[in-house]
Amino acid sequence: MNALPVTEADLHAYVDGLLPLARQAEIEAWLAARPEEAARVNAYRSQNLALRQLFDPVLDEAVPPAIRPPVRRPWWIGSAGRYAAAVLIALLGGVAGWTVRGAAPQAGAASGQAQFAAAGTANGLARQAAIAHAVYSPEVRHPVEVGAEQEAHLVAWLSKRLGKPVRPPHLGKLGYDLIGGRLLPGEQGPVAQFMYQDGAGKRLTLYLSTEQASAADTGFRFVQEGKVGVFYWIDGDFGYALSASAGKGELAAVATAVHAQLE
Amino acid sequence: MLEAAAEMTACIPRLRRYARALVGNPAAADDLVQDTVERGWSRIAEWQREREMRAWLFGIMHNLHVDALRARRLQTTALDDDMPEPSHASNPAAGLEVRDMQAALDVLPLEQREILLLVGLEGMSYDQVAGALGMPLGTVMSRLSRGREKLRTLMEGRAAPVLPLQVVK
Repeated sequence: MNALPVTEADLHAYVDGLLPLARQAEIEAWLAARPEEAARVNAYRSQNLALRQLFDPVLDEAVPPAIRPPVRRPWWIGSAGRYAAAVLIALLGGVAGWTVRGAAPQAGAASGQAQFAAAGTANGLARQAAIAHAVYSPEVRHPVEVGAEQEAHLVAWLSKRLGKPVRPPHLGKLGYDLIGGRLLPGEQGPVAQFMYQDGAGKRLTLYLSTEQASAADTGFRFVQEGKVGVFYWIDGDFGYALSASAGKGELAAVATAVHAQLE
Repeated sequence: MLEAAAEMTACIPRLRRYARALVGNPAAADDLVQDTVERGWSRIAEWQREREMRAWLFGIMHNLHVDALRARRLQTTALDDDMPEPSHASNPAAGLEVRDMQAALDVLPLEQREILLLVGLEGMSYDQVAGALGMPLGTVMSRLSRGREKLRTLMEGRAAPVLPLQVVK
């Protein structure tokens, strides 16, 4: 035999199955004559096996939801987010005010607040949609995750994530073109936002949530704070909220078109 | 972007398996994985497609873990490969009777444990490990060799050289 000398590295590569077959056979022959080394190699092999036995079950565990690439970077992280948070706090005050005024006119401020905070209600829907509009509609570079040029993908993706068929209505007749959409965290799971823009660059967002599925259908409701108006309603499996820096009349026309297309 | 996210997500179970073995405590291990994924995502532009994402993420995890240990000052002196290893036997049970793999792993110095796990558990080639950890192949081989031998000694209950009594804390 004129095999190459066997090195420590060879023995490890043998343990780990990293050697070509011919070399593997040479190592086996070498080990056959050296029981002590063979015992050592066997022990190393058992270590690999024991490690797999001990830790492989982790592969089958459900991954905690917090562990994922933050594709949708939580908006409150980062310096831009801090600015958005300040805006949001101002906005929340406004929404709480609307709720007290609109949905619970006879209730006191405290119960109005409680109602506004509840997930899965029409008011919660308007609040979340207003937040999402305030955060994403001013985005210059990343207003959406998937652009309108990939509409088929956008539809398939959001439908899959929301667990129900979702598609963006077309609002071209009203002067609004689809820019695209994104997935957002709702109160209990994913929600979707479609964004539109008119020729002047004015943006409109349509927020779709499945979290109101158990709530009764509602007619159109409208809230306005400053320049931002939100039309929202619950219809079947979805809650819809349309937000824009627009007056009630203009938004109502869009809301009617959206509603008609989603029938 | 979504493809990169999907690829990263696909690595998470293996990152968790490795972190569990490396750190021991499941919650601390998942924290490390979460930090790794977040750090990786924030540097996704540095990841070149021809590089395997898994190895790249393991490298990030290694750096985060080492940094965290340093920050906690658990490691006050850098261990040189040629320095005698300090005793990790402040736990009396760790001396002679360590037969349990998990306990034995905890006793291994980190620099040996991580290489032993990347090879034995993760199935990486030595070149991949050297690349991920940013160290020469020779260092990987010597630490692997030392780690395996130490683990064998521990598992067989023949403890390393008897150490003088230590004051615990």
